[in-house]
Amino acid sequence: MKGSLIIVGFFCLGILCGLFHLLPESMQHSEISFYALCTLMFCVGFSIGNDPQTLRTFRTLNPKLIFLPIATILGTLSGALAASLFLPHRSITDCLAVGSGLGYYSLSSIFITEYKGAELGTVALLSNIFREIVTLLFTPLLVRWFGTLAPISSGGATTADTTLPIITQTIGQQWAVVSIFHGFMTDFCVLFLVTFFCML
Amino acid sequence: MFTVITIMFIGMGLGFLLRKWRVPGTNNLIMGLIWLLLFLLGIEVGSNRRIIEGIGTLGVEAALITIICVLGSCIFAWGLWKIITKKKES
Repeated sequence: MKGSLIIVGFFCLGILCGLFHLLPESMQHSEISFYALCTLMFCVGFSIGNDPQTLRTFRTLNPKLIFLPIATILGTLSGALAASLFLPHRSITDCLAVGSGLGYYSLSSIFITEYKGAELGTVALLSNIFREIVTLLFTPLLVRWFGTLAPISSGGATTADTTLPIITQTIGQQWAVVSIFHGFMTDFCVLFLVTFFCML
Repeated sequence: MFTVITIMFIGMGLGFLLRKWRVPGTNNLIMGLIWLLLFLLGIEVGSNRRIIEGIGTLGVEAALITIICVLGSCIFAWGLWKIITKKKES
């Protein structure tokens, strides 16, 4: 939670700087963000490849639960399609791109800003932060209404880190491996889904 | 767009090749870059009047998308849960 607050803090600080023109104009239209994004993706890839522990954890997984990330993604995309019906001024692909952030607000909003502009990037940032907050707050209710797997699905890409504690606390420690596996797989898919829907 | 994903795969390959060595500071660098990029997004938002004036509407839109997406994924997870527990009983 603290990590999310710091991120929101940086975003707000940026808004203030932009609002009151505290930074030189040249900084806004530079290529900094693209190079920073490339460096970021290199580091993300590096940390995935450099961690053999993740692969080892997955061998202890119940094979049927491999379908959980797929269920999450299909459910979210259906939801985003339904949402686009209520938002006539947004295109279907815009809604799908925002939804396919799956709670990974930092990366998805950065991607969407880079390729669809700051307005949709802001929607993506807010929407995916809300997803994490909804999961943190409503996990017990989701379990009661939709069964044991619901909070993992709801958490989307955050279930390997930020929402893991609340999930294992509610449905039990034995689900930690499933939750981490789910978070890892969806994390990975976010990049491709967001890229895909931005290109359509 | 492909450039970015290709760069990630190069990173993954390199990370895998160097898996015997721990590289300290990777996670801190990732955090720092995320902070920088969201700060830059903030600047872009702050200097764009149209977005600032519509930030309330954008928030409502975002909340709507979130709620429906969470509902959708919960319904699918519920379906999967039904399938898994049914098979265990029989």
